[in-house]
Amino acid sequence: MALRFEVLGRFNRARAAQLTLPHFVCQTPLFMPVGTQGTIKGLTTDQLEEIGCQIILGNTYHLALRPTSELIDELGGLHKFMNWPRALLTDSGGFQMVSLLHLADITEKGVTFQSPVDGKPMLLTPEESIQIQNRIGADIIMALDDVVKTTITGPRIEEAMYRTLRWIDRCIAAHKRPYDQNLFGIVQGGLDPVLRDICVRGLVDRNLPGYAIGGLAGGEDKDSFWRVVAQCTATLPEDKPRYVMGVGYPLDIVVCSALGADMYDCVYPTRTARFGTALVPEGVLKLKHKAMAEDTRPIDPTCACMVCKNYTRAYIHSLVTKDAMGSQLLSFHNLYYMMQLSRNLHSSIVQGKFPEFVCNFLQKMFPKGDIPEWVCNAMEVAEIDISSCCAPFRYIQATKVQSNLNEDEIQAV
Amino acid sequence: MKFAVKAWSNGGARAGILHLGTSTIDTPSLLLSTRKGLPHFVSPDLLSCLPSPESRLLHVSPLHFLEGLSMKTISKIGGLHQLLGLHDHFFVAVPRDSIQCLPEANSTNKIGASFETPCGRLLIKPVEYMEMISSTRPELWATLADEVPAWVSDKRNKTSVDRTIKWLDECISLSPASGAVFGAIVGGSSLEERRRCAQEVATRNVSGYWVGGLGLGESMDERPALLNAVIEALPEEKPRLICGLGLPEEILQGIAAGVDLFESTYIYHLTLGGFALTFPLDRTQINALNLAPSDVGSDPRKINLRATVFRKDTTPIVEGCTCYTCQNHTRAYINHLLNVHEMLAQILLEIHNTHHFLGFFRLIREAINAGRFEEFRKEFVQRWR
Ligand SMILES: [Zn+2]
Ligand SMILES: [Zn+2]
Repeated sequence: MALRFEVLGRFNRARAAQLTLPHFVCQTPLFMPVGTQGTIKGLTTDQLEEIGCQIILGNTYHLALRPTSELIDELGGLHKFMNWPRALLTDSGGFQMVSLLHLADITEKGVTFQSPVDGKPMLLTPEESIQIQNRIGADIIMALDDVVKTTITGPRIEEAMYRTLRWIDRCIAAHKRPYDQNLFGIVQGGLDPVLRDICVRGLVDRNLPGYAIGGLAGGEDKDSFWRVVAQCTATLPEDKPRYVMGVGYPLDIVVCSALGADMYDCVYPTRTARFGTALVPEGVLKLKHKAMAEDTRPIDPTCACMVCKNYTRAYIHSLVTKDAMGSQLLSFHNLYYMMQLSRNLHSSIVQGKFPEFVCNFLQKMFPKGDIPEWVCNAMEVAEIDISSCCAPFRYIQATKVQSNLNEDEIQAV
Repeated sequence: MKFAVKAWSNGGARAGILHLGTSTIDTPSLLLSTRKGLPHFVSPDLLSCLPSPESRLLHVSPLHFLEGLSMKTISKIGGLHQLLGLHDHFFVAVPRDSIQCLPEANSTNKIGASFETPCGRLLIKPVEYMEMISSTRPELWATLADEVPAWVSDKRNKTSVDRTIKWLDECISLSPASGAVFGAIVGGSSLEERRRCAQEVATRNVSGYWVGGLGLGESMDERPALLNAVIEALPEEKPRLICGLGLPEEILQGIAAGVDLFESTYIYHLTLGGFALTFPLDRTQINALNLAPSDVGSDPRKINLRATVFRKDTTPIVEGCTCYTCQNHTRAYINHLLNVHEMLAQILLEIHNTHHFLGFFRLIREAINAGRFEEFRKEFVQRWR
C-alpha cells in the first residue's frame, strides 16, 4: 500500500480527508481532470498547479498507443515525461476500448479488440493492463474490470460482476510495484443491490488501497445512480478512499460527497469548454449565445480565476469555437471552478459547515427552490437538511390546505 | 510616444529607443503577432514568462474584432487594455494582419479598402476604421491604406498611392486625442511611386511611418531598392514600422534599410508546422552546436519536432534556453504532443519560438550598437542558410 488516508473531518456520511500519495498530499473530496494523452487540453502543468489540481487522470489505452508505455517507461515514467510533479491516476484501458472500439469483445481471458493501428485482433488481459500501468507509473492504477452499461439488464450484469472479482486477483498477482503504486478495485454489479453488495464484500476482502464505484454515469436514471453510490459507500471501509468513476457534474459531485465519496473524474469541464460552455454557480453559461456579445461582466463575478479577473463574457464570446484561445481560457475557468468546488467541499466539512455549503450551492443552482426529487431523496439519506433552500412541494401543498393562506403568503412561508 | 535613434551601423541600420508611457523599448524590435489582441496560443498569464520589456509590443488588427464583438462594446469596456487585461503591454494597430485579414486589392475602391476576413470580404471606409481606432485605443496605429500586390498595372499602383494619401488625411482629421499616428506608405514595386508616396506622407503631421504593400508578391531581390526609396524620403527622427517581412533574412533586409519595428508571422507559421528555432544566440552556443541531421525536415536554423528522430530525445529544444518550454519540457514530449494533435504543442512552441526570435532581435541590436551589423548579417545569412 503506497498511500495514507486520514479523515480530517466528517459530517454524517460526508468526509474530508488528507490522501497522501507518492507524488502529492491531496485534500479530498477532489476532482481529477482528464489528461487523456499526457496533457490537459490547452493548459500547461504550471497552470494546472496554479489552479490547484492535485491528481491528473491519464488514459492507459491512448498512452499505450502513443507514445507507448515502453517509451514512457524508458524516459522515466509519465510524471517525468509530462513534467507533472503531483499525483497521477491511470485507468485500466478496458473502458476506453469498449466505448471507443465497436469490435471489442470481453471473454474470460480479457478484452479482445481490433488494433486501431493495423486492424489485427488484440487482447488486453488483466495482467497486461497492470503491466502497462506499472510502466506508466501513476500513483493510482485501476484494475481491469468487466464493464457493462448500467442500462443493460439480465444475467450479463451478474457475469460481469463475478468476472470483475476473478480479474482482481489476476490484477493483484500481476502488480509489480505495490510499494509505489496503489491498485484500486472497481465495484461492479449494475443497479442490482444484491450484486453490488457481493462485489463490495469481495473487493474489501482483498484489502486494496482504495476502491472505485464503476459502471455509473452511463445513462441510468439519477435515483438509481445515487442509490448505488449510497449503498457502496455504506459498506466500503472507512479508512480507504472511494472514487466514483466518470462523475463530473458539479451537482453529482456534491451529492456523492454528501454520501461519503471522495474522488471524481470527468472530461466534462474541459470538453464543454471546447463547445463554449462555462461552469458557473447558477449552472452553465453558454458563451456562444448572441446575448454574450454585449455582456461586459466576467463569466462568473464571484470567481477569482485569471480569466474572470481579466475578461468579459463579450470577449470570450468572440473567441469561443473560433480561436484556440477561447477553449484555453474556458478550460482554465472550468477547471478552476471544479477545483474551487473541491476545496469548498473539503473546508466546509472540516469546519462543520457542510449543510450550509450544500444549501448555498443548491440555492444558487435552483433559486426557485425546484431542487430535483432525486437530490432531495439523496440528501435525506445523507442526513443533510436542505429544507431552507427547498420549496418542498408537498410541504407547501399541505400548508396551503391547512391554513388557507393565499399565494403571496405561501411564498413567504 | 517618443522615439530617439541612438546608434547607426553600416549606413542604414539603426538602434533606437521607443518611449511608451513610463516604459522604454529598444529598437529594432519585434511586434508579437496576435489574434484578437492575444498571441495565438500563449494565454495572458504565460505572457509574463517572455522576456520583458521587449515582448510588450503587440500587433493588433482591429478587423479581428468584427467577428463577434461590436466596437461599441469594446469602447464601453474601455479599449484593448481593459478588454485583454494587459496593462503592461502596448498595442500597435494596423488594418490588416498577414494571416487571416488580407488586403483584397481587386475589390478596394475609392470609398474604402477591401479585406478578406473570416467574416467574408469587407469594405472598410476611413471613417469606419477610425471608429475602430477610437474604440480600441491602441498606443500606435497605422492609417488605412490601399495595398496592392506587386503585379498590378502602373495605373492601379498610382491610384493606390493617391488613395492612401487621401485616406491618410481623412484618418488624421478624424484621429482621437490619444495614440500615435503612423502614416501608411505604399507604392507596390515601383520605385517612383514608393518615393512619391513617402515624400507626400513625410509632409504630414505624423509620429511615425508604416511601410505597407510589401510581402505581396515582390521578390526579395527587388526589395532593398524599394525600401531605400521609401526610407530616403523619410525624416530620420521618426520610427518606421513594417508589415509583411517575416523570415530572419527579410528582417535583416529591413533593418539594413533602416526599419525599426517589425510585424512578423514567422513564429506563427513555424509553430503551426511543428518547427522550433534552434540557431545559436551566442558564441558559446555556436561552438557547441551539433547540427541536426538534414533528412528530418530540419535545417541548421530550426528543427521539425514532428520528426521521429526526436521520439526519445530528452533534451530541451535548445540547451541553455531560458524559456518556459525549454526549462520544463523535452523534445520527446513535444514530439508526442504533435503526434497526438494536442494543443499544448503549439503553446510550448509559440513560447520557445517567440523567446528565441526576441533573442535574435537582441543580437541584432547588439551588432548595431557595436557597429558591426553588416558583418553580423552576412555571417547569419551564410552560416544559417
Ligand atoms: Zn473564473
Ligand atoms: Zn526555449
